[in-house]
Amino acid sequence: MSPVFDNIDQFVDGFLTSLEIILWALAGALPLGVLIAACRVSPIPPLRAFGTFWVTTFRNTPLTVVLFFCAFGFPELGINRSFFFFGVLGLVLYTSAFVCEAVRSGINSVPAGQAEAARSIGLNFTQGLRYVVLPQALRTVVPPLGSVLIAMMKNSAVVGAFGVGGDLWSTGASLTSAQGYPTFPVYVGGVAVGYLIITLTAGALLQLLERKVAIAR
Amino acid sequence: MTSRPNGEPLVRLSGVDKWFGELHVLQDIDLSIDRGEVVVVIGPSGSGKSTLCRAINRLEPIDKGEITIDGARLPDEGKELARLRADVGMVFQSFNLFAHKTVLENVALGPVKVRKKSKAEAEGRARELLERVGVASQADKYPAQLSGGQQQRVAIARALAMEPKVMLFDEPTSALDPEMINEVLDVMVGLAKDGMTMVVVTHEMGFARRAANRVVFMDGGRIVETAEPETFFTSPQSDRAKDFLSKILTH
Repeated sequence: MSPVFDNIDQFVDGFLTSLEIILWALAGALPLGVLIAACRVSPIPPLRAFGTFWVTTFRNTPLTVVLFFCAFGFPELGINRSFFFFGVLGLVLYTSAFVCEAVRSGINSVPAGQAEAARSIGLNFTQGLRYVVLPQALRTVVPPLGSVLIAMMKNSAVVGAFGVGGDLWSTGASLTSAQGYPTFPVYVGGVAVGYLIITLTAGALLQLLERKVAIAR
Repeated sequence: MTSRPNGEPLVRLSGVDKWFGELHVLQDIDLSIDRGEVVVVIGPSGSGKSTLCRAINRLEPIDKGEITIDGARLPDEGKELARLRADVGMVFQSFNLFAHKTVLENVALGPVKVRKKSKAEAEGRARELLERVGVASQADKYPAQLSGGQQQRVAIARALAMEPKVMLFDEPTSALDPEMINEVLDVMVGLAKDGMTMVVVTHEMGFARRAANRVVFMDGGRIVETAEPETFFTSPQSDRAKDFLSKILTH
């Protein structure tokens, strides 16, 4: 395990960079996914079409292609930001499609009568979604959404590898290939443990949330 | 009856048609409901009576014809429609109370979010209404903790909280155990006595006799017969109504 302890500073840095990618992606993908889900269930046909287009595009494109487009396509269009920005943006766009579908499955699980009752007391579509349907959808959404978000956390490694660098995965790669440390202890003892700390914590938080939003029916 | 029909009708349906695919579920419906009037809609299942009720606040859009409420044409979608729905109370067969909110929150939600009342004011009024329908002691419980009859009375209070011009009841007692039907009907009779304009889809003859000004009998998407309750139940004019009544009155 000495390759890990010898380079613990680098692993901590890598861990924090991964965490940074993940938290930004979370902050972007969650609200965006909910917004796209709202589009997909809205009574306005162009919004529904837009939502469907969005999901079809980003769910069916490999993450690396989305990242390529963000990192090289946007600069072509004259939009220049850091690699970190484009990396996170790609992960946000890609993940939002999956968040949308998880949220939509939750919305569909709420009995239609709830939305009808909301409309019949004069709530508009957005209010009905916000005060009546989404809070009840949350309960069913937590498990599938949890899987989507944990997948996103692991996908942060692809963003790191893609050129952002400095994250957990890149730390492992540079220690093994550039500095000649043995592969097994670096990836299992350092990189994998780092990701597990993040994903297991996320899993525990999700379980807490699931218990908290459970409602009697 | 405290108030007799007068002036411009509050709800008017003229030449209303609706199809569910091939099924012509509402056929050339003309119906006017006056202020303070209580109309009971009766008919076999599949006759279009629920669809008629739901069309009045556009939970079911219609394909032809016109529906006006208090002189204003029913808007298509968006803000205008939401505003109109706030003035039309709706009570469903399956109650549809908001499952994640307490009884008190269920009743106060509309006044706070739609009427923009303060939370304190809305909750004060909600408690009064819960008192009126006899479930004040349940205010802090969740819908699932209440009996069906209690839930339906809360649903009535929720609709009343919006101070509607007209109340629609879509088979309000059909999902209830027999012993709970009366507690709901009593509340509805009380509303009728207070002069609320009501459209009630129901098979409860007792309610129709006690509270209704008119009975509308529907079959196959058409209004077959309209009469005062006593006249309708004792001497129906159409064969279809005679047949229907003979089937439900023998038990």
